Amino acid sequence: MTAPTPEAEPGSTHRAAHEPSRQPATITGGFLRRSLTLLRRGIAASPRAFAVAIAASALWGGATVAAGWLLGRITDGVIVPALTGDGVADRDIWLAGGALLIVGLVTAACVALRRVYAGIAAFDVQADHRRRVSRAYLELPMAWHRRHPTGALLSHASADAEAAGEVFVPLPLAIGVAVMLVMAAGAMLAADVWLGVIGIAVLPAVLVANAVYRRAMTPAVSRAQAERAHVADVAHASFEAASVVKTLGTAAHEVALFRDATEQLRDANTRVGRIRSVFDPVLDAIPAFATLLVLVVGAEGVHVGRVAAGGVVTAAYLLSVMTFPVRAIGFVLGDLPRSLVGHARIAGVLDAPREPDIQPDTVADPVSEAVPTRRDPVDVPSASRPRGARPRGARPRGARLELRGVGLRVPGPAGPLDLVRDVTLAVPSGARVAVVGPTGSGKSTLLDLVGRLTPATSGVVQLDGEDVRAIPRTRLARDVAYVAQEAFVFDDTVRENVTLSAPGDAPVPDALVWDALRRAHVDDVVRALPLGLDSPLGERGTTLSGGQRQRLAIARALLRRPRLLLLDDATSALDPVVERAILAELATFDGAPDQHGAHDGGPTVLMAAYRPATIAQADVVVHLEAGAVVDVGTVAELLARDAGFEALLTAYDRDRS
Amino acid sequence: MSAATIAPASELGVLATVRRGLRESPALRRGLGVTLLLATLATLGRLVVPFSVQRATDHGLLAAGGVDLGVVLRTTAWAALVLVVASVLSGIANARLFAATEAGLAQLRVAAFRHVHDLAVLTQHAERRGSLTSRVTSDVDTISMFVQWGGITLILSSLQIAAATVAIAWYSWQLAALVWLCLLPMAVVAPRAQRRLTAAFGQVRLRVGAMLSAVSEAVVGAHTIRAYGAADRTARRLVHAVAQHRDAAVRAQTLAALAFSVGVLLSGLALAVVVVAGAFLGIAGELSVGDLLAVLFLVQLFVGPVQNATEVLNELQNAVAGWRRVLSLLETPLAVPPPRRPRPLPDGPLDLELAGVTYAYPDSPPVLHDVSVRLPAGARVAVVGRTGSGKTTIARLLTRLVDPAAGVVRVGGVDLRDVAEEDLRAHVVAVTQEGFLFDTTLARNVAYARPDATREDVVRAVAELGLTDWVETLPLGLDSPVGQRGEQLSAGERQLVALARAHLAGAPVLVLDEATSAVDPATELRTSRALARVVAGRTSVTIAHRLSTAQQADLVVVVDHGRVVEVGPHEELVAADGVYAHLFRSWLVSTT
Repeated sequence: MTAPTPEAEPGSTHRAAHEPSRQPATITGGFLRRSLTLLRRGIAASPRAFAVAIAASALWGGATVAAGWLLGRITDGVIVPALTGDGVADRDIWLAGGALLIVGLVTAACVALRRVYAGIAAFDVQADHRRRVSRAYLELPMAWHRRHPTGALLSHASADAEAAGEVFVPLPLAIGVAVMLVMAAGAMLAADVWLGVIGIAVLPAVLVANAVYRRAMTPAVSRAQAERAHVADVAHASFEAASVVKTLGTAAHEVALFRDATEQLRDANTRVGRIRSVFDPVLDAIPAFATLLVLVVGAEGVHVGRVAAGGVVTAAYLLSVMTFPVRAIGFVLGDLPRSLVGHARIAGVLDAPREPDIQPDTVADPVSEAVPTRRDPVDVPSASRPRGARPRGARPRGARLELRGVGLRVPGPAGPLDLVRDVTLAVPSGARVAVVGPTGSGKSTLLDLVGRLTPATSGVVQLDGEDVRAIPRTRLARDVAYVAQEAFVFDDTVRENVTLSAPGDAPVPDALVWDALRRAHVDDVVRALPLGLDSPLGERGTTLSGGQRQRLAIARALLRRPRLLLLDDATSALDPVVERAILAELATFDGAPDQHGAHDGGPTVLMAAYRPATIAQADVVVHLEAGAVVDVGTVAELLARDAGFEALLTAYDRDRS
Repeated sequence: MSAATIAPASELGVLATVRRGLRESPALRRGLGVTLLLATLATLGRLVVPFSVQRATDHGLLAAGGVDLGVVLRTTAWAALVLVVASVLSGIANARLFAATEAGLAQLRVAAFRHVHDLAVLTQHAERRGSLTSRVTSDVDTISMFVQWGGITLILSSLQIAAATVAIAWYSWQLAALVWLCLLPMAVVAPRAQRRLTAAFGQVRLRVGAMLSAVSEAVVGAHTIRAYGAADRTARRLVHAVAQHRDAAVRAQTLAALAFSVGVLLSGLALAVVVVAGAFLGIAGELSVGDLLAVLFLVQLFVGPVQNATEVLNELQNAVAGWRRVLSLLETPLAVPPPRRPRPLPDGPLDLELAGVTYAYPDSPPVLHDVSVRLPAGARVAVVGRTGSGKTTIARLLTRLVDPAAGVVRVGGVDLRDVAEEDLRAHVVAVTQEGFLFDTTLARNVAYARPDATREDVVRAVAELGLTDWVETLPLGLDSPVGQRGEQLSAGERQLVALARAHLAGAPVLVLDEATSAVDPATELRTSRALARVVAGRTSVTIAHRLSTAQQADLVVVVDHGRVVEVGPHEELVAADGVYAHLFRSWLVSTT
């Protein structure tokens, strides 16, 4: 029994030492500070596009005000004199029209530029978030993945990334509107102080109305979002259970459940709509009332001779064109909380501690220093060599595997939990080891520790005397092949599923792919597919049966000619005859077995197994109970002295006879 | 093919889609007349501002005897009153519209959901779960977004354009004609832009799907990606998918922006033309200053909706696309149509019969050729054969998950095609290999077979199958949570729950697909004990993957290359030294 000591936790200590000092994604502080940081970072993600969009938007704001000012000037200088019979040259009328047309042209060009670049900028921000989140998914350790449900992770990359970028769509417009408001207030002030005051007052009035609106809206919207998520959950679970629903004839029950959820959503949405119905007309009416007020105040100003009729027209016109744009500021303010929430959820992923790929020189482990590191000559990298496949002639030997005091302790609901404890084991090169034990005894976890999918919290795992923590990921992935319980199939062709070729890899010759498929006894299935190796397999390989998926996953492992093969109940859906054939042929890698024994040329195999037929294939059996080794030996030895093992094995036989 | 897959979208045109969509959501149209009337009145109310500008200018600001403040005050007071009324009416109209659309779209969601469950199992399997879910969630959401934000805008915009046209024409028909002439190019630009936008937004949606699928690979395949060091490969795909989506979105956005600015440009043109033409008309004595100013304000009311037309058309495109996706789901034909005149199944143990049955999966050669076999009532039947021999298809035919291409399947002497779905499921229950468990307690999962089952029923069902001792080993007994998809339980334990569920359903015929995945021996033992009890007194057909099951059956049906080659008890078939005897011998060798 090994209690993990602080120095036996390399994962945590190395993490602290080697975590690159990058800025955390999480934004802290008050609402204003967080908002400004969010906006600053977003603008930094696509500075040029934002610059163009904001400049165009500011110019647009200015042009709009210029149009209003021009209209006032035209009213005073052209229209009133012309229509009251004071006589105006035709040329002036045409000039006025020309000037308005030019302003219109500039406005239109600015609108186009603003919208195009605001779009580019906002989508850049969104794409940037998506890239970083999905990159994090690939880098975060397995343990992190196990803690987070798939649905939530998908929504971080889709809905949350969208929400985090949402505020950037109306941002340039809002900035342009701000410019417009300042200029419009200036133009009105220039015409008359009181008209200016009305113009300036519109903004706070809209902002206040908007703030009240938002306060009423936020809880309603979050409830609607929760109900929407609930409807999606109910639908998703129900569709996943479609076969059971069909065979038990419970569709009516499912429809009733879904209708309930849908009606909750309907009510929540209707409530949102009702709030909108109250506020929308209010927000629309503010500039309209201001226009009427301008008429009254303006008339009084004209009456006392303080202001020209044109000034009143300018003010009224500006207010009428501002009705919609002023609300853009409200959009930004309204989107900010949603964007902040979206960003916070993404930041949670980005700031989760990654597992560092520990370099050999950083491992300060006395055990690995004591054992000289043996470099296998076949590890010399070669550009022309396909990933995983070894050059002909070099005979891959099974790796020598050694476990010393290996344990995994995780925090549990009632104190720390030892999933694997103090496992010490020496496996000679090419041996075939079966790990047996009841459900939950830690078989899969032990395989994870050996393949370093989960770092051990105590003890050392060595391949040929080398600490697995010191082996770079790329080499580890080449030397150790792991076939998991649930065969995962990528949404890609058969070829890609077997080769998993990385960017820049030389293509793997078809012959090698077929050879791997043949060894996994799945070549017939592939040959029957319309496009052979290039047949697409669909999401999660829905076109294949469970057994076919397993065999494909085995082919993927075999193509690599691994030195250590980890099989986690990976042959469970196979016919025992096929299973035995696959295991037997492992030894024939790179030619026939030698004269001493069949296994010499094959990889070392560590397999978690249930079936007696599978266990019978093993040279050595490791019996696990509650994460600890009970006994190690051949099947015959264990049957003779390990009552628990006998019970495991013969329960199956008793049932059969 | 049509029955096996759901088309990505319906082929209907825009108007046909909207019409069909409205027909599927009757609540959407309820009270629409009143809502439109209120909205019309509210829109007319908006005209009050330009009118008061005109009155205040002509009879107030520029009144013959100097500024007449009284006229200005009276005019604005009236205008304010009209504005208040218009705002109230607009609020009521909006609220009514929200309530109606939400009610209508809730109906559409439920209809689509029901249809998914009515679809053939094959179709359900061929679809990505996420895609089915999105059809009843986000696709319907886009419709509601449009109807509430764009749809009302579309209606009100049309009204506003009509009202503004009439008002401008009231001051000067010439100016009204000129404004229309200026904005006429929009009539040419908008439909073209709309067509291109449709294609562009279609691309965006496709790319969203591809991106999500790439992300889900990184999440669901996390273990494999790590084990094979395939992170770079997946990262490349992800970066590519994200960039593709971004590019498609930018392209669509750029198109939309350009179409919108054409509207802005034409609005500027209209304003300039009105000023010039108005001045000349004024000089000719056709127009007062106030009239011209009113027209200038009315032009704002006119061009606003025209500018927004392209925006609304975008949203309309999205909504129509969403509608098409939902409708295509509803249009997918049911592979097993309900009977026109259902015949009831008799009570008590039922016999099963396949008579001259041939079956082929879509786009594939037949998997069963002219199969005829009779299974007596109350018998324990095992169907054996190699992988791909057609065993599973027999189970699907017996439970009417598919209908035969030729021949008849009978239960209790009744053609399955004449049996109502509910009656069938009450008499024939299937236990699939992967019995799906819901993320709730064990008891609720067992009770799922019969929504009216009581706690006592569940306890009894569990006891009758001899599973009480197993349940007691779980931390909370029957109330133990089973986790997402039952992940807290082992594969074998999930099968036990499926058996208890089937037992509780109480159907006289059971069709079992034996689990192939290995389970630990203790569970294995419990399973076989429970199986023996669950089939007692029932007709049972087991698709056997282990010949120990066949050994214990009353009757063994041997399937080979899509034909039934042998039928009889285990001993007889072993003695006959045929296909079965060969299978059995090789199995014996492999398991010992």
